[in-house]
Amino acid sequence: MFGLKADWSLEVFERYFTLGDYAGGEARWCPGCGDHGVLTAIQKLLRDEQVAPESTVAVSGIGCSSRLPHYLGTYGFHSLHGRALPVACGVKSRRPELDVWVATGDGDCFSIGAGHWIYAIRYNMDMVVMIFDNAIYGLTKAQTSPTSPKGMKTNTHPFGAFVEPHNPLTVTLGITNVSFVAQVVDWNPPLVYEALKAAHRHKGTSFVRIIQRCPVYAEPYIKELQSDPNRFLLLTHDQGLPVNTSVTRQFPNQLVHNPRDLPAAWNVAHDNSAIPLGLLYHNPDAPCYEDSSSIGMDMTPETRLQALNRVLDTLTI
Amino acid sequence: MANGETAGAVQLREHIVEIVSDSGEGAQKAGQTFGTVCAKMGNGVWTVEIIPAEIQPPARSPAGASGIRIRLATNVVTNMGDEADLVVAFNEQVLYSRIANGAYREGTKLLLEKKWQEDPQPEIREQYAKAIEEFKTNGLEVHELAIEKACLIHTNNPRRGKNMFVLGMLCRIYNRDLNMARAEIANTFKRKGEKIITANQKLFDAGCAFAEEHIPELCYVVPPRSEADLGGRKFLVSNGNQAVGLGVMAAGMELVSMYPITPATSASHYLADVFHNTGGFVHQAEDEIAAIGFAIGASFAGKTACTITSGPGIALKTEMIGLAVMAEIPLVIVDVQRGGPSTGLPTKVEQGDLLAALYGATGDAPKIVLAAATIEECLHYVILARRLAEAFRIPVILLTDANLATGVQPYPRPDVSTQWFAPPLDQSDWDPEIPPYHWDVNTGLSPRPIPGMRDGNYILTGLAHTKYSKVAYDADSNQRGCEMRSRKLTSFAATLKPPQVHGDPEGDLLIVGWGSTLGAIEEAVDRVRAQGQKVSSLHLRFLSPMEPGLKAIFERFRKVMTIEINYSDDPKVTSGETRRLAQLAWLLRAHTCMEIDCWSVVYGHPLQPGLIHKVIDGRLANLTENA
Ligand code: SF4
Repeated sequence: MFGLKADWSLEVFERYFTLGDYAGGEARWCPGCGDHGVLTAIQKLLRDEQVAPESTVAVSGIGCSSRLPHYLGTYGFHSLHGRALPVACGVKSRRPELDVWVATGDGDCFSIGAGHWIYAIRYNMDMVVMIFDNAIYGLTKAQTSPTSPKGMKTNTHPFGAFVEPHNPLTVTLGITNVSFVAQVVDWNPPLVYEALKAAHRHKGTSFVRIIQRCPVYAEPYIKELQSDPNRFLLLTHDQGLPVNTSVTRQFPNQLVHNPRDLPAAWNVAHDNSAIPLGLLYHNPDAPCYEDSSSIGMDMTPETRLQALNRVLDTLTI
Repeated sequence: MANGETAGAVQLREHIVEIVSDSGEGAQKAGQTFGTVCAKMGNGVWTVEIIPAEIQPPARSPAGASGIRIRLATNVVTNMGDEADLVVAFNEQVLYSRIANGAYREGTKLLLEKKWQEDPQPEIREQYAKAIEEFKTNGLEVHELAIEKACLIHTNNPRRGKNMFVLGMLCRIYNRDLNMARAEIANTFKRKGEKIITANQKLFDAGCAFAEEHIPELCYVVPPRSEADLGGRKFLVSNGNQAVGLGVMAAGMELVSMYPITPATSASHYLADVFHNTGGFVHQAEDEIAAIGFAIGASFAGKTACTITSGPGIALKTEMIGLAVMAEIPLVIVDVQRGGPSTGLPTKVEQGDLLAALYGATGDAPKIVLAAATIEECLHYVILARRLAEAFRIPVILLTDANLATGVQPYPRPDVSTQWFAPPLDQSDWDPEIPPYHWDVNTGLSPRPIPGMRDGNYILTGLAHTKYSKVAYDADSNQRGCEMRSRKLTSFAATLKPPQVHGDPEGDLLIVGWGSTLGAIEEAVDRVRAQGQKVSSLHLRFLSPMEPGLKAIFERFRKVMTIEINYSDDPKVTSGETRRLAQLAWLLRAHTCMEIDCWSVVYGHPLQPGLIHKVIDGRLANLTENA
């Protein structure tokens, strides 16, 4: 490991990071909340990949899952409702070397932040975007979310939600320059870990939708999903996520799906008969916006000054 | 034709010229080039665009008046002035709205395209004849000229080419350096290729010859300042938005994050064109909120960024500005003000965002607010804003407006230095004993950990928090956080000096202004003072916090009033406690607990010295009556 000091000299040091290095404040999610397990998976992955905590930035919006940065021992930015993505993109724009993680939810990303979702995918900046999708607003106590199933009873729709839920996969896969789309359930930790690992290694925006348990406000919905493994379709492929027996045993319904095949991914995403799990799409070659936004970062103040004087010359009389 | 042929020319201290046309006839390009030539020759210049009231106005409609005004003088010019002395018009209809705006006086020379005289449509011929009569009755000195016909010899598209022809006419009338003008034309069309340049230079030469042949009696010299007066200084010529762009680069900023909005966008256009030279990047975000969010992200990561917008954009960015205040993120926000509320008057000037800039956010959101009064200040205040933002760990809003954005003026070229740049990214180790908000209780200031600094890890949050940046809802933490953020303004205010009074330090009336009205107010005050009146003026650059000593200054005048371009109730209609005041007047009343009067209008155009002069005379008359 190495780092640059303020005087631009190189500091060489050997450090080994343990799980403790990634521990932040004590997690305050409800007992049984799916977010706990994902946090553990992130910490394990950071440890396994030996990412320096000081060069990691976790950005979030507002919602239960957006508390995640507070529980990580890295830099963090707990921003505004819906606005995690533009903030994260800004962090990356002139600091492309930082390892950026985004925690957002179904309300945060698919509702109030929907515009940014589309653009962040299009910019394809190198970051892991985790959508903790519990199909409900938890923090503000049980309002309908964009992914609440039709008929789900919430405080804003006590007689049942009126419209069909959003399909975040079809939307994301329809955005120009999409480069990585995976879907997992929080109650299968090995799959969560593998998805995050592949997402982290991918250069580009990795969209990982995590179907997440909210036992407090969306218990019936989750119970129904958990009780019927046939609702799910596990995607397997040698270019997909590695799946061990603890995954294959839990999800007997399986499909060999090539994640490089975008039309095939569309089909899988559009098929309402099963909830796909695994890697839907992966394009390692999509251009990343920071390759453009970080131009000129290596200029010294002196060369900048010379350039500025040349610019001033053009307006000088 | 020889350059500088001035025999028989009338010597003038200043002149105001307008070119008015249907939109799309290139009047603005001709006027900007004329202004640049004047500035390069050493004249004081102010140019301002005349923007049509509609986006696609029909041809020959009064609402379609598009064009440019150029005020040139021997001395420095700080505003657009009053009535024009000479106007070139491509049709007679567009003049009506200018006349309604009081743009001309008796004796203004009108050089009018006369092809309408022979138009195939009888109504047009009638309109034209009727207008000529009216103009003459109004005292305009009308010169009917066959401009398009003369252009036809040199181009088959006179609608597009006649602007350079008119430039030639003006350069001849005002005895400009013709070679300089030809070089300027080459510069204007440099991206269009040699052929286009030559064609336009031909039209220019033809325009010179045409003026000499048809209106030889119109021959003026507005002498430039001498080299000695100019003090050997180099000058830049730019509009206020370009100046903002230059300021961004001179401040060493690397990122501007924006969303298109009139009249701010041209600042970003300019930067998009040149910013890469100094290693910077313009991010066009998906919306106003994303634009500021992106800038805030970069600032958090140690690269203080700038976002440039206008009123509706400020409204959308409000929540993010609150976040930057709450979490103490340095950020530069430029608000190029236009008419409001809502979509308002997108292309027109107003100083209507002052209270929104100060108080737009919910809760107590102290931030620094500056207002540039000149185009030169647009450049320097961006540099200042970046420094203040970082030193005080605070968002800084710089207010400019459509008048500064589109006005073009020469101003001293700054001697830029690497000292003005943001310091290199600090990636040294952070002392783990020091919390992320290690507030100095006296100043509210604290050092800032930046991602990449070892042991500096903290979680920034928009929630109420302790000095450890830990979310805290308890009474003491919230009170303390608010105190510390507020104290930064107090400690910054302590570094400011009382503002300078223009004129005597005491008297009957003090005019207080802010922003782009500086030149017009001071010119008006000078005129009133020349008549022996005891009137002075004061111009504020810092609106939050305010410059100190205002009450002491105000107390030395019998009456204090603000003059602004925003709405206030007419005191003849609504007086006393129910009268709604101009925005600075509200602030000054609250700040000084004094009776501050105001006069303001929202006509959408810059204030002119003549109008301010009248307002001052009126208020002085009231003072005498009430004495
Ligand atoms: S409300 Fe639901 S989502 Fe929120 S912390 Fe509790 S269990 Fe988790």
